[in-house]
Amino acid sequence: MAFITANWNPLGDAFYRQIELYDMGWSLRDGLKDCMVAAAPYGGPIVLLEWQSQRPSPSARPQLEIYSSSGVSMASFPWKSGPVRQLGWTVCDDLLAIQEDGTVLIYDLFGTFKRHFSMGNEVVQNQVLEAKVFHSPYGTGVAIVTGASRFTLAMNIDDLKLRRLPEVPGLQGAPSCWAVLTQDRQTKVLLANGADLYILDNTSCTPVTPPGLSPQACSIINMAVSFSYKYLALFTDSGHLWMGSTNLKDKLSEVETKVRSAPKQMVWSRRPKSQQPSVVLMWDRLLLVAGVCKETIQYTLDEECVCVAELDGVRIVGASRHEMLQEVPSACEDIFKIASMAPGALLLEAHKEYEKCSQKADEYLREIKEQSVLGEAVKQCVEAAGYEHEPETQKTLLRAASFGKCFLSNFPPEPFVSMCRDLRVLNSVRDYSVGIPLTHTQYKQMTVQVLIDRLVYRKLYPLAIEICRYLKTPEYQGVSRVLKHWACCKVQQKEEPDESIARAVSVKLGEAAGISYSEIAARAYECGRTELAIKLLEFEPRSGEQVPLLLKMKRSQLGLSKAIESGDTDLVYTVVTYLKNEMNRGDFFMTLRNQPVALSLYRQFCKHQEQETLKDLFNQDDDHHELGNFYVRASYKESKLEARLSLLQSAVDEYNKAKNEFAAKATEEEMKLLRFQRRLDEEKGEALLGLSLHDTLHALLSANYHKQAEQLYRDFRVPDKRYWWLKLTALAEKEDWDELEKFAKSKKSPIGYLPFVEVCVKRHNKYEAKKYVSKVTPEQKVKAHLAIGDLEGAAEAAIERRSEGEISTVLARCSPTTDRALLERLNRARSTAAKK
Amino acid sequence: MAHSVRRDAPELPDFSLLKRLARDQLIYLLEQLPGKKDLFIEADLMSPLDRIANVTTLKEHEVDKLYKVEHKSIVSTSDQLCFLIRPRIQTVKWICDVVNADKAVGKFRRYKVIFCPQKFYACETLLEEQGIIGDVTTDEWSFYLLPLDDDIISLELPEFFRDNFLEGDQRWVRTAGSALHLLHSLYGPFSKVYGIGRCSKMAYESWREQVKEGEQRVRQADIGNVFLIDRDVDLVTPLCSQVVYEGLVDDIFRIKCGCVEFGPDVTSSDKSMKVMLNSQDKVFNEIRNEHFSQVFGFLSQKARNLQTAYDKRSGMDIKQMKTFVSEELKGLKKEHRLLSLHIGASESMMKKKTKQDFQEMLKTEHSLLEGFEIRECISFIEEHINRQASMVESMRLLCLLSLTENGLLPKDYRSLKAQYLQSYGVDHLLTFSNLKQLGLLVEQQPGETLTVMESRVGKLVNDKTAGKLTDAFSSLAKKSNFRALSRRLNLVPKSDEEYDLRVPRDMAYIFSGAYIPLSCKLIEQVLERDGWTGLEEVTRMINGHEFAVTGSNGSDPRGRSDAQRIILVMFLGGCTYSEISALRFLGKEKGYKFVVVTTAITNSARVLESMLDNHA
Repeated sequence: MAFITANWNPLGDAFYRQIELYDMGWSLRDGLKDCMVAAAPYGGPIVLLEWQSQRPSPSARPQLEIYSSSGVSMASFPWKSGPVRQLGWTVCDDLLAIQEDGTVLIYDLFGTFKRHFSMGNEVVQNQVLEAKVFHSPYGTGVAIVTGASRFTLAMNIDDLKLRRLPEVPGLQGAPSCWAVLTQDRQTKVLLANGADLYILDNTSCTPVTPPGLSPQACSIINMAVSFSYKYLALFTDSGHLWMGSTNLKDKLSEVETKVRSAPKQMVWSRRPKSQQPSVVLMWDRLLLVAGVCKETIQYTLDEECVCVAELDGVRIVGASRHEMLQEVPSACEDIFKIASMAPGALLLEAHKEYEKCSQKADEYLREIKEQSVLGEAVKQCVEAAGYEHEPETQKTLLRAASFGKCFLSNFPPEPFVSMCRDLRVLNSVRDYSVGIPLTHTQYKQMTVQVLIDRLVYRKLYPLAIEICRYLKTPEYQGVSRVLKHWACCKVQQKEEPDESIARAVSVKLGEAAGISYSEIAARAYECGRTELAIKLLEFEPRSGEQVPLLLKMKRSQLGLSKAIESGDTDLVYTVVTYLKNEMNRGDFFMTLRNQPVALSLYRQFCKHQEQETLKDLFNQDDDHHELGNFYVRASYKESKLEARLSLLQSAVDEYNKAKNEFAAKATEEEMKLLRFQRRLDEEKGEALLGLSLHDTLHALLSANYHKQAEQLYRDFRVPDKRYWWLKLTALAEKEDWDELEKFAKSKKSPIGYLPFVEVCVKRHNKYEAKKYVSKVTPEQKVKAHLAIGDLEGAAEAAIERRSEGEISTVLARCSPTTDRALLERLNRARSTAAKK
Repeated sequence: MAHSVRRDAPELPDFSLLKRLARDQLIYLLEQLPGKKDLFIEADLMSPLDRIANVTTLKEHEVDKLYKVEHKSIVSTSDQLCFLIRPRIQTVKWICDVVNADKAVGKFRRYKVIFCPQKFYACETLLEEQGIIGDVTTDEWSFYLLPLDDDIISLELPEFFRDNFLEGDQRWVRTAGSALHLLHSLYGPFSKVYGIGRCSKMAYESWREQVKEGEQRVRQADIGNVFLIDRDVDLVTPLCSQVVYEGLVDDIFRIKCGCVEFGPDVTSSDKSMKVMLNSQDKVFNEIRNEHFSQVFGFLSQKARNLQTAYDKRSGMDIKQMKTFVSEELKGLKKEHRLLSLHIGASESMMKKKTKQDFQEMLKTEHSLLEGFEIRECISFIEEHINRQASMVESMRLLCLLSLTENGLLPKDYRSLKAQYLQSYGVDHLLTFSNLKQLGLLVEQQPGETLTVMESRVGKLVNDKTAGKLTDAFSSLAKKSNFRALSRRLNLVPKSDEEYDLRVPRDMAYIFSGAYIPLSCKLIEQVLERDGWTGLEEVTRMINGHEFAVTGSNGSDPRGRSDAQRIILVMFLGGCTYSEISALRFLGKEKGYKFVVVTTAITNSARVLESMLDNHA
């Protein structure tokens, strides 16, 4: 395995290595020369655009080409827009092209134009001198410096807010170099103008001095900020490279490079837990790695290259090769360093011997075990496997780890298993055809979700689904999500007919959980395929998702039916409100009429909010009965009598139209009564208005207006019984016994005479009560006698009637001590009655 | 109770969890508006709120002053106002007025509207229309279920009945579904769901939908079975006079949110007193399900027992006395106080209910239920109206007459209505219109016999589209087939046998042995048959929408046998205390435990008052 260290170079106490990622698949005419190149981090795509240095003739438009990291072409088209200052990639793999006039065009990975925005009006005049694309926790940002030497920042292109930074004193044209920093949740610009260094933030421009910058420099000509925005490197015209923290408080080191010309590119190469961070500087033919330890490594470049800073190293993209330059992780160093005695190295050796069936395996193992570092050894092997690019090396390390694991009883299996899984995923995406050269460190930082997103974005649906299934990602986040994207992409295929797309989508998505068909339908609608959208919506089980889109597509009738089917009244109401605003009244009412649920809902609303609309609704339906009710209801809210009467008259008309004679008559009588009451109120000063007929009569009788009462009784054809009851109670209440007697004698009582007895008793007038007992019908005699407390009489009557039940009633009222004789008589009578 | 318990009844799950959840959420919502604030509470949310969080709790979370929503202009000086309301248009409109009034005088305040239990789109639209959507923040307090007792949970939505069955407004259905969902997630999974009625069906579907959307936790079920029933399946029962103690207390004193206010005539002091009526009240717990005629006996026995307990003191030494005072005396004192209250209440009820006319009214009711001496009943009702006795009572009798007789003869219908209007005012024209729409009081269609109607309904139901149409206006076309149902299900026991109220033999005891409530009988039958088979004719007469679904977790159909014997009965549109008593009786007989969930506790007066329209 000695060859593994062949491309290792020492730097201080660490090593740097180059890993060959790909032989590039592209065939470029002039290499990367005369090209504007931008490559996205995390193994993202690469974009190339020929320099437009010479005034481009309209016929010879430059070609814009997009490649994967392995150089597989993804898109290529002639650039027809204005001159481009800078290319860049967003965090979600969209291409940004910043033009001279400040317009930023956004394309997707396949060169499809998405949208554009402008960096402000000022730029149009002054032009963009330089631009940078940067990434921060807020998303992707763009910074430009204009011809007027002013900086403008857009923190997040998806939520565009332009910030024009303050002026930099003494700056003419572009600064000699500059960088964007994200610090303390603030984005700043660090710029060098000659030997002066400034920090520009929202409000101010502050001059700063890096501690310990060698004084012989008179100009800072390049600078680099690390991937994490924590470290800064400055390159001066004296050939010194200053390294320190971005807050400019600490200096890490200063290296003398002996090259005085400005490097073409300068990037940090660090890795998490880095022992020997370094800055990679690139000139035309030279690549220099300058470590904090002040040592350097030099590589000669045989072709034009581009450096791409990564989380854990630097990728170097050339016309023919694509390499990764990084500090060797300590796990790898421990295992592979020549003559290493680290546990991992011993384990690897042990395994090698074991494969050879040599007993040395046992010796090595014993050695590890004696130091009791076997667990450590396994861990090292697993970790190192993650850092290796070659599947063969990975396998060797993992086999060794697996071998070592056999001799451990309680070693947790998770790290090993998950590493195997991760590597399998990584190897598949690193494949030449996919071309995403992610390292394990980057992969962990990026998360599976984002990786899946990237694959989906590249339309690598089968691979994405395979990975989801393999990693057992929950369906919602995994397979279903991929399928949804697939379906959204599918509906855009213009050549296929609606029917077959809908079928294909439903077949594929059939059993997947958590699919939102409405999103797919919305996409179809956006592409102008309304019919397809409706077909797709049929698959959507949640009406709440169906309805809004249907409304958007102006299928309100269908939306209304769907809403009603769902039983969700809020949804129905949404549609109703929408219809109300969209349709003219007539159509709106007609629609409602066919949907009783919606209609009653709307009625409820109108009842509280729009009384008049309610009336129109009834009118539209020719619902005269409800209209009548409506007027009656309105009449009660009206305090003025005239208005009230006219409302009631309207009600009468409506009731007549509804052929509801009863209601019409009742309402008419009410009007009559109201008028009568008013007259009396005016004449006699009684407060009768609004009382019911019964109450009116009662009031009249109590106030001795017998004539008027009589008139009401006749006019309103009050039943005799009621009138007698009324008069009876009224007279009794006044204790007008003479009048009562007269009344009783006036004619035969339709309610009998028992009530007379009862009212008198109620008023504690037994004397009067007795007067009526004799008039009571035989059936009620017993009750009458009992009411006045005449037991004898009651007994008499009961015995006479020979009714067992009545005798018992009387018996129950007799007390055994005082009414003994009566008791006996009654008992006797009962037994005879019973015999019969 | 006097009868024996057949099987050991299973323990009920602990529903106080519901209260805790509601309280925690409310506190969370209140804290969303930091700082001192005045809280405006919808009038009918006051009592439920009181059960969840008392004033101290509210004050702890920086509620400064409490006001009742009175739809008037406000006097608060606080610069933060919080409104805790039902999602009603009137109330939201009032809030808009308050905010707009503040704006007019240039006063700046922060407003937060908390809708309970959910907000409706219409409310938000209104806020938008009034241009204050930007000034207020809105939230939902998903307080669906208030446990009133160990076995009673209420949604406290009395308007459910009118909105759903009269106005055809289905917005509360989803609320019911959510309530069911909550119970399911806390005490489920339910293994069997039965139901009858259109609204039940919809609530069931809404619940299933919510189950589908949410994630499923696997847990041991506390409640095995669920029965959903629409109130309009059985409108007869709530219209009958209640004669079981708890029902009677509700009829006379009106129990509000499990709490009753006894007036001075009961407390035999000069002030009235609020009493919680639930199983914590030992005395009440023993008599709540008893027929009223038995209550006095129980109470006097209880009084004697109490006296004996007090009398124990006489023979005690110091030490015994000490333990007596520290341990028993407090309990006895409490019991004493409660006992005297209930005796007072019974006396007051006795005065009202043993009067001649009440007895006659009961007799009339029983005749109506039996279908016996109908003409006498009609004249009794007529007299009742003519004498302008209670307006609601008259209407109740009219409705009972119509329901049991399948509508009134046209002649009677007109004359009774005319007399009613004369007595109580012509505004009841609207009430009658409502009663007709709901099918509570209708006119017999001339020449249309029961069978014709039945076959016609049958045909309509077969035809699917027509079925949908009738669904929407099912209440309109609704015919009560009470007589036939009563025969079919033996709802009215034979009257020639003496019914011993002390040892009830069936659920009819709650109506003095005159009638077994249809709702409870249906539940009994369905549980016995494990579904609706054999009840086809009955469901057709009720106008169907019955369903029986075995839960998705079919893997463990028997589950914990205890849970299988706990049955959640959900009444959509309210249930009466009498029905709860009947179910408790049924549970004891069959070894079940019933948990009653209802949109509100109702009784005849509440049902009928909700039909009045003159206040709208």
